[in-house]
Amino acid sequence: MATARLLGASIKRREDPRFITGKGNYTDDLKLAGMTHAVFVRSPHANAKIRKIDTAKASKAPGVVAIFTGKDMVGVNSLPCGWLLPELKIPPHMPLASDAAHYVGDPVAIVIAESQSAASDAAEMVAVDWEVLPSVTSTEKAAAKGAPQIHQVAPSNEAFKWQIGDAAATDAAFKAAPVTVKKRIVNQRLVANAMEPRACVARYDDSTGDWTLWVTSQNPHVHRLLMTAFVLGIPEHKVRVIAPDVGGGFGSKIFLYNEETVCTWATKQIKRPIRWTSSRREAFQTDAHGRDHVTDAEVAVAKDGKFLGLRVKTTANLGAYLSTFAPAVPTYLYATLLNGVYEWPAIHAEVTGVFTNTTPVDAYRGAGRPEACYLLERMVDAAAAALKMDPADIRKKNFIPKFDNGYQTKVALSYDSGNYAGAFDKLLGMLDYKKFRADQAAARAKGRLMGIGFSTYIEACSIAPSKVVGSLGAQAGLWESGKVQVHPTGKVSVFTGSHSHGQGHETTMAQIVADSLGIPMDDVEIVHGDTGRVPFGMGTYGSRSASVGGTAIVMSLDKIKEKGKKIAAHLLEANPKDMEYVGGQFVVKGSPQKAIPFGQVALTAYVPHNYPEGVEPGLEETSFYDPANFCFPFGAHACVVEVDPDTGHVQILRYLAVDDVGNVINPMIVDGMVHGGIAQGVAQALWEEAVYDNASGQLVSGSLMDYTLPKADMLPFYETGRTETPTPVNPLGVKGAGETGTIASTPAVVNAVVDALSGLGVDHIDAMPLTPERVWKTAQAAKSRK
Amino acid sequence: MKKTVSMTINGSPQSHEVEPRLLLVHYIREQAGLTGTHVGCDTSQCGACTVHVNGVAVKSCTLLAVQCDGAQVLTIEGLAKDGKLHPIQDAFWEKHGLQCGFCTPGMIMSAHQMLQRNPRPTEAQIRHDLEGNLCRCTGYHNIVKAIQYAAEKMAGK
Amino acid sequence: MYPAQFEYHTPGTVKEALDLLGRHKDDAKLLAGGHSLLPAMKLRLAQPKHLVDLRKVSSLSGIKEDGGTLVIGAMTTHYQVESSQAVKSKCPMLAAVAAQIGDPMVRNMGTIGGSLAHADPAADYPAAIIALGAEMVAEGPKGKRTIKADDFFKGLLTTALAEDEILTEVRVPAIAGKTGAAYMKFPHPASRFAVVGVAAVLSVEGGKVGKASVAVTGAGTKAVRAKGVEAAITGKAADAASIQAAAEKAAEGVDVQADLQGSVEYKSHLVRVFAKRAMEAAAAAVK
Repeated sequence: MATARLLGASIKRREDPRFITGKGNYTDDLKLAGMTHAVFVRSPHANAKIRKIDTAKASKAPGVVAIFTGKDMVGVNSLPCGWLLPELKIPPHMPLASDAAHYVGDPVAIVIAESQSAASDAAEMVAVDWEVLPSVTSTEKAAAKGAPQIHQVAPSNEAFKWQIGDAAATDAAFKAAPVTVKKRIVNQRLVANAMEPRACVARYDDSTGDWTLWVTSQNPHVHRLLMTAFVLGIPEHKVRVIAPDVGGGFGSKIFLYNEETVCTWATKQIKRPIRWTSSRREAFQTDAHGRDHVTDAEVAVAKDGKFLGLRVKTTANLGAYLSTFAPAVPTYLYATLLNGVYEWPAIHAEVTGVFTNTTPVDAYRGAGRPEACYLLERMVDAAAAALKMDPADIRKKNFIPKFDNGYQTKVALSYDSGNYAGAFDKLLGMLDYKKFRADQAAARAKGRLMGIGFSTYIEACSIAPSKVVGSLGAQAGLWESGKVQVHPTGKVSVFTGSHSHGQGHETTMAQIVADSLGIPMDDVEIVHGDTGRVPFGMGTYGSRSASVGGTAIVMSLDKIKEKGKKIAAHLLEANPKDMEYVGGQFVVKGSPQKAIPFGQVALTAYVPHNYPEGVEPGLEETSFYDPANFCFPFGAHACVVEVDPDTGHVQILRYLAVDDVGNVINPMIVDGMVHGGIAQGVAQALWEEAVYDNASGQLVSGSLMDYTLPKADMLPFYETGRTETPTPVNPLGVKGAGETGTIASTPAVVNAVVDALSGLGVDHIDAMPLTPERVWKTAQAAKSRK
Repeated sequence: MKKTVSMTINGSPQSHEVEPRLLLVHYIREQAGLTGTHVGCDTSQCGACTVHVNGVAVKSCTLLAVQCDGAQVLTIEGLAKDGKLHPIQDAFWEKHGLQCGFCTPGMIMSAHQMLQRNPRPTEAQIRHDLEGNLCRCTGYHNIVKAIQYAAEKMAGK
Repeated sequence: MYPAQFEYHTPGTVKEALDLLGRHKDDAKLLAGGHSLLPAMKLRLAQPKHLVDLRKVSSLSGIKEDGGTLVIGAMTTHYQVESSQAVKSKCPMLAAVAAQIGDPMVRNMGTIGGSLAHADPAADYPAAIIALGAEMVAEGPKGKRTIKADDFFKGLLTTALAEDEILTEVRVPAIAGKTGAAYMKFPHPASRFAVVGVAAVLSVEGGKVGKASVAVTGAGTKAVRAKGVEAAITGKAADAASIQAAAEKAAEGVDVQADLQGSVEYKSHLVRVFAKRAMEAAAAAVK
């Protein structure tokens, strides 16, 4: 039976029916018999010693079951940091602080009661005697003289100093360069704000000694390992972690947090299930924040626009403690992308990580790569402005020429395959660039400020080769698991270590399996997010699920087919070496009438009466795929804006994106990833910022009233195009698509605004977001200089 | 002092004794056991809690259950009839108007009112009327397409 | 997210509501649409021990016409104002203002009375109410009284209403002939409140501005009449140059507050920009 190719088809998502009818299973939906409710008591101060926590009055409040503080959690260790740089300063990070709190929101007690409102009421009665200490939240002030030292282990609040590239060659390039441009680049702090707040339900079964933890996690096995082995000292195999339907993550649900750890510990104390759900205000204070770099960047360039050297000095804010992957984000996930899509003779980057009294910072969609892309694309435009060169032309002049298998950069990474000029040409075609510049000139004559910004990007995803990251300090492998279990009736269950929290794996992975086996998609189920059912997996982040997770499944499918060939060959009295798998059947090469359908082989495997010697019954295979390299999606984005000269308000007129994510399994889903990614990157350019008041240490933008998430009326339809340059790294040829939109879009927007103001002499804006006031002030200052 | 609150949710009568401070969204999720309506924020911005009360769309996180004593309430679970999806639900599925699904019930209930009041909205009107619903996943592109598609289908095209 | 405990009351008449206010005094708060009060209670910024819900007081709803005046019950929702034929024909600017408040769900619950009594400094109605020369009718234990818009907004979240009074209706004069009205707003991108909002009502005859009524909301601690603008535009040509010149006075008398959305300098500038835009739109709306 011939079936249309499923790979490359925009199949409607199989997970949607439950979501559109309100039957999703999110963690807060769970109701267990005897369930209690928890509220955390948190520090209102940015930096303060805990003299005493008085829980007496609160303990007597109606409905209270138990109250615990850090002192009760005997034998419990710090939340671990999973990426260690040389000489990294690692302060203790207890699940409940007992000596001191170091950021507003740092939890110090858990109040457990019969109802959520009873727990809220009682939590207000917990009296903490604080000794308020001086604090510092500013990235730049943290390591400066006079800043209060937050942790004993980190003088000058310095967590690490790190560098990459060739300092000598870069210095030489700058000395010899005819033109150099230096700019300050700020990549502001963001809050992930997935729509579903973090939540957990922890249940300890006294009769079996087993725990079950439901938690909003992007990687339940990682949660389990870190929590059991590193923090609580409980047996790993006695804990089942389930990440059910999760409403978005964007990185913020990767990490092991205080709350689920404390709930898992506490449920054994009270022998009743405990539920905790974050409020949005708590999410602002406690979900890992993203970005927060301050950089001095310099580019050396020849008079004809050829790049000669790039020098970068970045200070990265890590927050009050080291979150799970924090040290990797502003180092190996950032500076190794500074080569971009261009040829650079010399690059050098230095990064200093600092502690501040703020929420810990870790990976947020793009994780380091948006910071690199923003810096590069801003500097490329700044260089073009200095040379009075068209920003499209300077890019074309410096693109790495098309290649299929390998390009060694100056910052460690070796790219897989790329055609950067191809993507850019496609974009310019979609845009009609010449016409735009003509329209812009006409508009300018009428006093209208229109601008265009480009972003020709590359990123590194499909993380990651374990040995490589291990040598760089990762304390984990970054392979992925995929188990394919064929049932006697020929139906297939696939267990993937990846986890879908919006990415549509139940559809995409079923497409891979059904396409490979030539069976209907309805015969395939994808199981994810449960340590009790799925072999150890590293989870979903870093755009790795199709490329790494999918490949593990492909490996298992290949093993299934190889075994199936042996079984079929036996039934056909043929040689297994003469068998191939075509159209859902095992066929003797050259003899199409000698074929056994998949279903029959499956049944035979479980009823092995007529069966090859030396072959085990059953038909299921597990594979663990460790990628040989990262994959490198790339592309070209453009944003067209108009700036209101009276208010500085930026209107997005058009947003165009050409992305090359390698082969595409489900174009509709990939487009969706690009759309969502663009929205987040645009939002960083124009609207979002997590603002701390350095004097008080308070998170001033602590709710959705103050922190501007994009709404439907702030964004246009996105015009998307694709080029497809398969990666040689994995058999699917898939690079990864989840983060490209976010990585590319921020500089496209900022470059567009600068271009809009370029007629006034503006060539840079050194801060983000580009609020109306910031844009207006920049324009005003430029006008007064004229 | 607890109050007895009675309302009809999706055609089914409900009656419970509740504290006056119980929010409608918690009444729907906990007392009535309908967890399709979600809580996404605490400042009435996000719209994940949108339901219809007496025929109009409201943010159930910003109403008390006691305010709805005697009311007719429609939640996402009540949209499909006899297993047949409402055209708006179908449109969201067809046009990939959801990714993680958390904002989706609220989006659909909001779109339901939108198309009741304005069966032929322009793109600008759709985007404007979605002011009260946040989505972090889709960038809104396919949500707008879904609503446009639903409008066409419901107008009989 | 979980309010503190309270007792809940649903009086059927204004008198019953007044009795409850009288009995519980400081411990009681009126509940109208609840979309300013309940968010505050959820954050425990407000913790009233008694909530007096006005939803069953039927005399407080409805929009009537009384001669040339729109009489809008205090419990009329923003959506009802936005979609009322009477308001759209007699005072379209008010309908347009109501349509800009919050979002569609908020507008189904929020009420004109609740909004005015709460007097959020960034709310939209106050500027329109002042510019339209509306009157508020309040009822207390001693009876009814009328409060002019210019006397209504006293300070940050403070009105002329006494603790024991209930705002029962808002009386808005219909827009007269040869008069145009407009409200222009620079919304906060997250909350959609007015960073700056200016309402202008201009009567124009023979190309000259006869009467000007302009009010500013959003930038200061309360909505205020822009007296300087009014004086500067009255009797002048209703053209771009005069409007621009008059708009320069718009920030006078506004105690501009700096916040995440803007410095005093920037917000004052926005007040001037939106005064100009509101007056231009009002002049253009003159029939």
